[in-house]
Amino acid sequence: MSGYALDVAALVRKDLRLELRAREVVPAMAVFVIATLVVFHFALPHGSGRDAAYGLLWVALVFTALLGLGRSWVPEREGRTLDGLVLAPCDRSAIWLGKSIATLAFLALAQLVALPAFALFFEPLTGQAIAGVVLADIGICAVGALVSAMAAAGRTRDLVLPLVFLPLAIPLIVGGIGSSIATHAGSYLLFLVLYDLLFSILSWASFEYVITE
Amino acid sequence: MGVALAMVFFVAPVDADQGISQKIFYFHVPIALTSYICFGTGAWKGLRLLWTGAERYDLESYTAIHQGTIFGALTLITGSIWAKASWDRWWVWSEDQLVLFLVLFLFYCAYFMLRFSIEPGPRRERISAVYALFGAALIPVSALAIRLSQRFIHPVVFTRHGPGMTHTQFAAFCVCWVAIAVLAYVMYRIELVGKRSDAQLQDLREAVAT
Amino acid sequence: MSSGEKYTAAAYAVVFLTLLVWVVIIAAKLARLEREKAELQERLRDTTPKPDSDDG
Repeated sequence: MSGYALDVAALVRKDLRLELRAREVVPAMAVFVIATLVVFHFALPHGSGRDAAYGLLWVALVFTALLGLGRSWVPEREGRTLDGLVLAPCDRSAIWLGKSIATLAFLALAQLVALPAFALFFEPLTGQAIAGVVLADIGICAVGALVSAMAAAGRTRDLVLPLVFLPLAIPLIVGGIGSSIATHAGSYLLFLVLYDLLFSILSWASFEYVITE
Repeated sequence: MGVALAMVFFVAPVDADQGISQKIFYFHVPIALTSYICFGTGAWKGLRLLWTGAERYDLESYTAIHQGTIFGALTLITGSIWAKASWDRWWVWSEDQLVLFLVLFLFYCAYFMLRFSIEPGPRRERISAVYALFGAALIPVSALAIRLSQRFIHPVVFTRHGPGMTHTQFAAFCVCWVAIAVLAYVMYRIELVGKRSDAQLQDLREAVAT
Repeated sequence: MSSGEKYTAAAYAVVFLTLLVWVVIIAAKLARLEREKAELQERLRDTTPKPDSDDG
């Protein structure tokens, strides 16, 4: 088991180091999410209230995640290292876990910019909203790492990924918005936990089939 | 042959419906349920494919999802007409079933796009199978999500008319469901035969060409 | 015809039309398969007597 954890840690370290050198994904995500929030400020009619603002925050977060996910397998594809990773003497699901954790780290960094900006521009954030964001992030990255690997196998990967990802993300958005604006957020947070568990297990179990030739 | 077989099963559901108060319900709900069954079958065949690696499950899973999507589209259309008839609006977001079908419809449309963007081969079979499995997991999760979302999106709940079913209505409903299920099964078999022959012809042509 | 009846009829018509379209598509597909099969048969018959085939 510790071998598995070491493999995952090595894969995560590899992705983080690549990002640290290239500085491509995280700055792009951060700028994108701020730009989206600014656009939403103008799109939102004056005085439409906090529920609408929270709704827009979630739209911005999901599209930012999509931007990051679209890039998530690009280094492997351009460097043609995926075959090497698959052949490496580690469990294939470790590749998925490593990629999910790395994507989660990118997303969290982008949100470290996005959430204060939201609080500054629109509404102060509540604790339950932040809990909802964190839980939804886990689900987004777990499903997203698998789905983007699926889309990367095809010719039209950039087109297919949003189409596949958005219907899968609808329950997450429901849970996230519910936990942000409902007075009793408990059931929504519980729902998010359920989603995370279910789809993480599914992705973890099925990743091997997606990645091998 | 296929046309004749389909015609036979065409007549069955129509017969079963005669003499019953004309309601979209008798068609809409069985089609929706059958669509779930199709998606479930697709996922099950996908699971079998991953389990055994037998190539034939790929086409079976694909055909089942194909059927499910056709029936899903029908559910959306009939449901929309039903909404227009009952509430004078073409689309109501408060109808859980319809919204769920919209989500599923989008999800399975993406299935076809994903499938056709990948080169045919074992990897495509496995990716399709995993996708079908995700679909089966998404159905209950989305249903739950949509139910949860009603609480903050729609405080007012529409009441559906025609509340409880009488015995005869229930019997008619069951007959309809059976008829639609049989129809779906026959369509599934025909599609499967067609797709299999297509694949075999492809193989044959390659064999002749070489 | 009341508007309710009209909508019900429309719903049934949609289902029926969809099935009809499906049958037409399947019939077209069957015809195509048939044609391709005949073509292959033809080609096989041509190639069996003399081993060199005309085109690929």
